[in-house]
Amino acid sequence: MKKAILMLEDGFTLEGRSFGAEGEALGEVVFNTSMTGYQEILTDPSYKGQIVAMTYPLIGNYGVNSKDAESARPWADGFIIKEKSRIFSNWRAEMSLEEYLNKNHIVAAEGFDTRALTRRIRSSGAMRGILSTRETDPDILKQKVMASPAMAGRDLVREVTCGQAYEWRVGAKRKEFSVVAVDYGIKYNSLRLLDLAGCKVKVVPATTSAGEILAFKPDGVFLSNGPGDPAALDYAITEIRKLIGLVPLFGICLGHQLLGLALGGKTYKLKFGHHGGNHPVMDLETRKVEITAQNHGFCVDMGSIKDKNVIMTHKNLYDKTAEGLRHKKVPLFCVQYHPEAGPGPHDAGYLFGRFMDMMRTFKKKPLLKIRKVKGPKSQRTRISRAA
Amino acid sequence: MPKRKDIKKIMIIGSGPIIISQACEFDYSGTQACKALREEGYKVVLVNSNPATIMTDPQFADATYIEPVTPEVVEKIIARERPDALLPTLGGQTGLNVAVEVAKRGVLKKYKVEMIGADRRTIEKAEDRDLFKKAMQKIGLDLPRSINIKSMTEAKKALNVLGLPVVIRPSFTLGGTGGGVAYNTQEFEDLVARGLEYSMIHEVLLEESVVGWKEFELEVMRDRKDNVVIICSIENFDPMGVHTGDSITVAPAQTLTDAEYQNMRDAAIRSIREIGVDTGGCNVQFAINPKDGRMVMIEINPRVSRSSALASKATGFPIAKIAAKLAVGYTLDEIPNDITRETPACFEPAIDYCVIKIPRFTFEKFPGAEQGLGTSMKSVGEAMAIGRTFKEALQKGLRSLETKRNGLDSLTASMEFDSPQHQREFIVKKLRQPNENRIYCIGDALRAGMSVPEIHELTGIDHWFLENIREIIEHEGTLKKSAGKPGALAERLPAGLMEESKKMGFSDRQLAVFFGCPEEDVRQLRRSQGLKTTYKLVDTCAAEFDAYTPYYYSTYESEDESRPDTKQKVMILGGGPNRIGQGIEFDYCCVHASFALKEAGFETIMVNCNPETVSTDYDTSDKLYFEPMTKEDVLNIVEKEKPWGVIVQLGGQTPLNLTLSLKKAGVNIIGTTPESIDIAEDREKFKALLDRLKLRQPPNGTARTFEEAKSAAARIGYPVLVRPSYVLGGRAMEIVYDEDTLERFIKEASLVAGEHPVLIDKFLEDAIEVDVDMIADGESFVVGGILEHIEEAGIHSGDSAMVLPPYSLSAEIINKIRSATVAMARELKVVGLMNVQYAVRDNKLYVLEVNPRASRTVPFVSKAIGVPLAKLAARVMAGAKLKDLGFTQERVPGYSSVKESVFPFNRFPGVDIMLGPEMKSTGEVMGIDDDLGRAYMKSQLAAGQNLPLKGTVFVSVRDKDKRGIVFVVKRLIDLGFDVVATEGTASVLRKNGIKAVVLPKVWEARPNILDYVKDGKIGLIINTPSGRIPRADEVKIRSSAIMHGIPCITTVSGAQASVNAIEVLLKKDLDVEPLQAYHKRLKTP
Ligand SMILES: Nc1ncnc2c1ncn2[C@@H]1O[C@H](COP(=O)(O)OP(=O)(O)O)[C@@H](O)[C@H]1O
Ligand SMILES: Nc1ncnc2c1ncn2[C@@H]1O[C@H](COP(=O)(O)OP(=O)(O)O)[C@@H](O)[C@H]1O
Ligand SMILES: [Mg+2]
Ligand SMILES: [Mg+2]
Repeated sequence: MKKAILMLEDGFTLEGRSFGAEGEALGEVVFNTSMTGYQEILTDPSYKGQIVAMTYPLIGNYGVNSKDAESARPWADGFIIKEKSRIFSNWRAEMSLEEYLNKNHIVAAEGFDTRALTRRIRSSGAMRGILSTRETDPDILKQKVMASPAMAGRDLVREVTCGQAYEWRVGAKRKEFSVVAVDYGIKYNSLRLLDLAGCKVKVVPATTSAGEILAFKPDGVFLSNGPGDPAALDYAITEIRKLIGLVPLFGICLGHQLLGLALGGKTYKLKFGHHGGNHPVMDLETRKVEITAQNHGFCVDMGSIKDKNVIMTHKNLYDKTAEGLRHKKVPLFCVQYHPEAGPGPHDAGYLFGRFMDMMRTFKKKPLLKIRKVKGPKSQRTRISRAA
Repeated sequence: MPKRKDIKKIMIIGSGPIIISQACEFDYSGTQACKALREEGYKVVLVNSNPATIMTDPQFADATYIEPVTPEVVEKIIARERPDALLPTLGGQTGLNVAVEVAKRGVLKKYKVEMIGADRRTIEKAEDRDLFKKAMQKIGLDLPRSINIKSMTEAKKALNVLGLPVVIRPSFTLGGTGGGVAYNTQEFEDLVARGLEYSMIHEVLLEESVVGWKEFELEVMRDRKDNVVIICSIENFDPMGVHTGDSITVAPAQTLTDAEYQNMRDAAIRSIREIGVDTGGCNVQFAINPKDGRMVMIEINPRVSRSSALASKATGFPIAKIAAKLAVGYTLDEIPNDITRETPACFEPAIDYCVIKIPRFTFEKFPGAEQGLGTSMKSVGEAMAIGRTFKEALQKGLRSLETKRNGLDSLTASMEFDSPQHQREFIVKKLRQPNENRIYCIGDALRAGMSVPEIHELTGIDHWFLENIREIIEHEGTLKKSAGKPGALAERLPAGLMEESKKMGFSDRQLAVFFGCPEEDVRQLRRSQGLKTTYKLVDTCAAEFDAYTPYYYSTYESEDESRPDTKQKVMILGGGPNRIGQGIEFDYCCVHASFALKEAGFETIMVNCNPETVSTDYDTSDKLYFEPMTKEDVLNIVEKEKPWGVIVQLGGQTPLNLTLSLKKAGVNIIGTTPESIDIAEDREKFKALLDRLKLRQPPNGTARTFEEAKSAAARIGYPVLVRPSYVLGGRAMEIVYDEDTLERFIKEASLVAGEHPVLIDKFLEDAIEVDVDMIADGESFVVGGILEHIEEAGIHSGDSAMVLPPYSLSAEIINKIRSATVAMARELKVVGLMNVQYAVRDNKLYVLEVNPRASRTVPFVSKAIGVPLAKLAARVMAGAKLKDLGFTQERVPGYSSVKESVFPFNRFPGVDIMLGPEMKSTGEVMGIDDDLGRAYMKSQLAAGQNLPLKGTVFVSVRDKDKRGIVFVVKRLIDLGFDVVATEGTASVLRKNGIKAVVLPKVWEARPNILDYVKDGKIGLIINTPSGRIPRADEVKIRSSAIMHGIPCITTVSGAQASVNAIEVLLKKDLDVEPLQAYHKRLKTP
């Protein structure tokens, strides 16, 4: 089997064996601590621009099936594991992970001391890296890594968002709401859950303007997850700001960060991000803890949001970072983590219900008064909504 | 929510003696809970009859009651202690049952005691099959369909609905036994009949069989605020139909997609909410149909369990400790994770390795027992192994078992078959019917060319597991091929191949076998190739956070995380998996050593592979290495840590067997020297020592062939006791009365001991056996305790009841015992502990055996005399002197302590319960009282022998015992009992003026004794075996007594002690007193 080399920007190198497509993958190297769900992780568009290392060593055991995909294709740029299963065993499996990665041209390799890698990232922070099955010269590898773009400031959304709007039509049930979901890299499970909760969902590209969105007359707008640096997404932030107060908003992950930015806040990069399915998050209003799916490298700095009506609603109990916020007067809330799961625990699924409640209330009693949303002075907007 | 202030004193119920299905895991949980509660400032009252536990050490509770764990006793303790709360979830099934019973009797209400953790309603909802079914249906969870039946007719009707195969579960049997899976109508009728008979309420639940489905377990925790987390998922290697306790299990689950896993997680959470487990740990079991994914719920255990102990060790998350804190009001987010310190306990551990648990069985001890595995648990212990891959963990686990296998070795290679066809048939049979060797047969099937799908078809074991085994075998093929090439070892086993083999968990020994060289050569080669063992941490978080707790496992990877420092370190070698003959007692000693040496300023390193124990709690020692107890694995750690000293004498025979090879490798074995250990273990050298000291041994000889044995036996004179050397627990030891038996035996014995010779001793009939534990530091020699056995010599010391101080020995003999013990210890230059077994006959003292190590009785003696012998021993081994430690004089308590053994016979229906020189007990209990009779009574109650105070006694003894029994029966009659007897016994009784109703022999007529037993007409059976090979009807009587819970005494001495006990109890009810109070009354003589 072909040799594969991983090199981080600090020169840390590990060797393994190629088992996916051959070639070179460049990206930010992150580790994910989920013990199940490699297929969902691979197909999560938020991993665009990243090389994912699974901390759980045995991967591929249950193969790949079409039902568990989170998007139409895998997005991670590279995939690193300890040991790939030579067979797959599950009643729903359709093909092996190896076959799947090859078919989709994803560079992947096994045989790594993924724990050593994780410890490196933990202590030194997230770094760019290269996973190569071709080049072995350390100097050249190093050059390539250093020449690759850094994650901060990177707009990756344009690479993963849908080309044009489409309707998500799965369930047959009567729909109570009509929702526009902005696709910054949306996962199918968000759409499935919106659908299940009773929403007719229109998925629109990330670049869709507020006016275009409102033209669908949605009862609510869902801001999806997605890859890259939120601060680089001026176009999205501007449009979201226009929507605030006009329509209930529910954001997840990147959607949460964008809302934070739209509300005048700032985001910052975490040392090595949160990627896994076991982080405890406390709902600060009920004081209850939910175990959450996490996948983000940036975080909203709550202190940077000046509007006193914006409050932190959820807190990560691991590192105490903000995991959710809402506006006290305007119908919007968002969370940094992944209530849609896929993969991960379902504890936070109730948030979809909360979104429905919000839309229901808003439908009955829309905001009458003009509201001011604080932001940087130049961007301060007055928004209104007719009765 | 902060902890509760309205409760101050909490009572914990322990699980009592070690039995199959309830082992040291409850000591681990209980100890954690006691520590956690006292840390929080609560007063803890504990009841547990098991003296070998750490939790019953007086410093772990404010009041420690070593008393029978029965509702009556618990009530008495409650009345005396008046606790505010009762925590019932830490003492296994025993704890739950007793707690429910005292609640039912209104005791809790009367004394205003609140049940915390789980209340009576919750427990009943989980335990009562009917209530459970309704609860699960209410929340829409699927269960196997089931029907309750009360007669054979109903059963047959139900069968039409459920079809075959079907699971039979008798309701309320002793230890949940008596069930099984029926595959045909014959089996069905047999099992139903047996089930109806064993069920105390004459009821059996028939359940849709899901045999062959995948079995899973989730360990769940919930707090008062309804936060719920899953600590660990466990997938059974053996599919449904084999009890999880008997299955090889793997953590985390390997073959579920995230969607399926989350679905199971949701179901578990919903179910514990519905059952109403308010706080604490809970075990939920599921089965999944591998064909379509249908998931059914199997059961919920609303308490900590064997699996929760495993999950704790597998993840580093201390379930029992957290459960205790939750029970007093904390919520998960308020409790820190000890390992990461910065993060809270409210999370789900992420693991980045594979954990395998492999059960250990002892079928060889119960000839005649069904060898198959089924729905009722039979294993007596387990080993756990951690590796980065399943393959590595599996092979490590197999060599951890200490069943003389070095990994996934072949079972059939050493067996003789007429043809490959026969071998294949044998393998197929072993694959189809689950058994303890199935794992090895899978390897053999693959070696014989069978495919993974074929093996799956026969076993139902998931393809993924089988494929991994196939890869091991494939690699073995590569190794063998390479081994067959010409050239030096280094050429045949090059670095790359070596590394790959080690990554797959192959041991040096396996490689040595393949390459036909000594193990040492492989080790040397490995080192010269620069391949080093790496150690990784178990840290609950897959390295996402810094971990502070040094809990390690070995693997072969690029990075080593161990942090050897330069402190003065002592390494303690544990005992490995529990088995009959080596159990919790040794773990107790290891834990004590660790505590004591830590206190004395050493850094302590524990090495062990038994997940049930306190020793493998990461809290116990400064460092924990969860590793197999083999020379290779231990030396690797030694190389890494370079300890100043290594202790081998506390973990039982396992580490002791490593002594010489460790010594050879230059390890500093502290305490009694390896040379002395060798003298005590080597028959010839030991004999010379005794001769020097003019001490007597039963006449004996050694033999390597039958001819030698024959002449030795003739010289010594029959009966003789024959056994292989270097074995523990009297394995394969037999009393032989003639030459024919001798011949048969020699064959078997040489098989067991390999190259070691067979030992032949004169068997001393009717001798009193005495155990002595002593401690020495090279200068002072102090007797810890002299224990007089109740049963005569010939019944293994691990199986007999014992009394401390002796009750019938003369002062003269006791003095002889003392001086002989000291003389031997002096001669062996013992530093640490030593145990001697003596036999006394006709006022003569015979030395049966000297063990230059901690013995099974150390914890018992320590508790009886109020001196922590194992702690002192560890200190002494590390250089301290007894006089500085303040123990220079034997302490003889004024009260009596009785140790009684507990047997697993109810797990092996039909097996004779007769005792002999081969040990059969799994555990022990202690009874303490100022009066010997009452202490004995307590020990009997604690052991589950419910001696009656009135009613009918059945007596049937062999001729030899007939005279001895007369007096016993006379007293029974005086006490108001009715006596029934078999003809022979009755006639002797009649001659002595005792009237006894004669019952026909079993084959003669009905109703006979069996009918009496079934109908509950008999309260006590005294039945001594007729000879070495008992008659079939005797076996039937005794085993049917066991299954009906009727006390059955098989020795005259046991009968005497029991009658004494009945007599004192009739005079006055038992009272309870904590160990701390007994210890206060101790005076030195
Ligand atoms: N319906 C069933 N069909 C087949 N096997 C079963 C069924 N129910 C239980 N078993 C097997 O029996 C074992 C013991 O059953 P369980 O309900 O867990 O009892 P216990 O209280 O002894 O743990 C299980 O681990 C499983 O392997
Ligand atoms: N010569 C003997 N005469 C009578 N009983 C004996 C004799 N030797 C051993 N026994 C009995 O056999 C039991 C086991 O023997 P022992 O030497 O202690 O083996 P183990 O190493 O298994 O403890 C003893 O506890 C004792 O009851
Ligand atoms: Mg069970
Ligand atoms: Mg012995």
